[in-house]
Amino acid sequence: MDADARFLERLRAGDEAAFVTLVARHHDAMLRLARTFVSSQAVAEEVVQDTWLGVVRGIERFEGRSSLRTWLFTILVNRARSAGTREARSVAIGDAGPAVDRARFDETGHWISPPERWVEDVEDRLGAAELAARIRAALAGMPPRQRAVVTLHDVDGLRGDEVCEVLELSPANQRVLLHRGRSHLRQALEDAFEER
Amino acid sequence: MLIGRREVVCEEVVELVTDYLEGALSRSERRRFERHLAGCPHCTEYLAQMRETIRLAGRLVPEDLSPQMRQEFSELFRRWREEEGDAAPEP
Repeated sequence: MDADARFLERLRAGDEAAFVTLVARHHDAMLRLARTFVSSQAVAEEVVQDTWLGVVRGIERFEGRSSLRTWLFTILVNRARSAGTREARSVAIGDAGPAVDRARFDETGHWISPPERWVEDVEDRLGAAELAARIRAALAGMPPRQRAVVTLHDVDGLRGDEVCEVLELSPANQRVLLHRGRSHLRQALEDAFEER
Repeated sequence: MLIGRREVVCEEVVELVTDYLEGALSRSERRRFERHLAGCPHCTEYLAQMRETIRLAGRLVPEDLSPQMRQEFSELFRRWREEEGDAAPEP
């Protein structure tokens, strides 16, 4: 049994400390996910609270078929959709343009302006705090569906099939959104290095 | 996704990176992708940058719940439990 499942057992027995620990473990990720559906921080916080209310009341019964986190995120998304002004199903998949500006390739599709090398000395050049700030800013600027997929997959570490379950996406659409979002992050890092 | 059996070019490689990393390419696509990389230092660097970008994203640290938020959730929990107790049918 993993740590989450143990805290959930204690929560079922009415343990307040276990509840607060579970909230603390998942609050930031839940809030970030809620914000991809609703436009205000206050509404996002209500959605997170409402999700926990459902868990505490036992309205939502965990059956252990998925990880606790995936299950929590799925409940959250259902509630965020009801609260949200944006409808997640009307996801615009192909609106974000290519991974790399077309002008950087010649008419045969080969690089004219290839990526400058930075992988080897990435942290010497920008520093961990600056890198994190750049990534956070790039995430904040992404379309909501891309942000949700990239955050769940690459930041929170969910598997692709878990992301599909939480956001009700097909595997192909999940990968398209992941690809757009990651490409955007890579470009943001490249821009940061070029400013130096 | 890739039609026919021709070689892939750089502009296509940058669009296939995520499918490659997520294991979603067919065997034939994967072979052509890797054959291109073997001869193209720019796309090799591009792939390395995408991997590094993913690694850096995975290192973002979630914000801790503030003491005030902890307190609020403790109070919510107690209130929910009381309300639930009130609503429970008499035995």
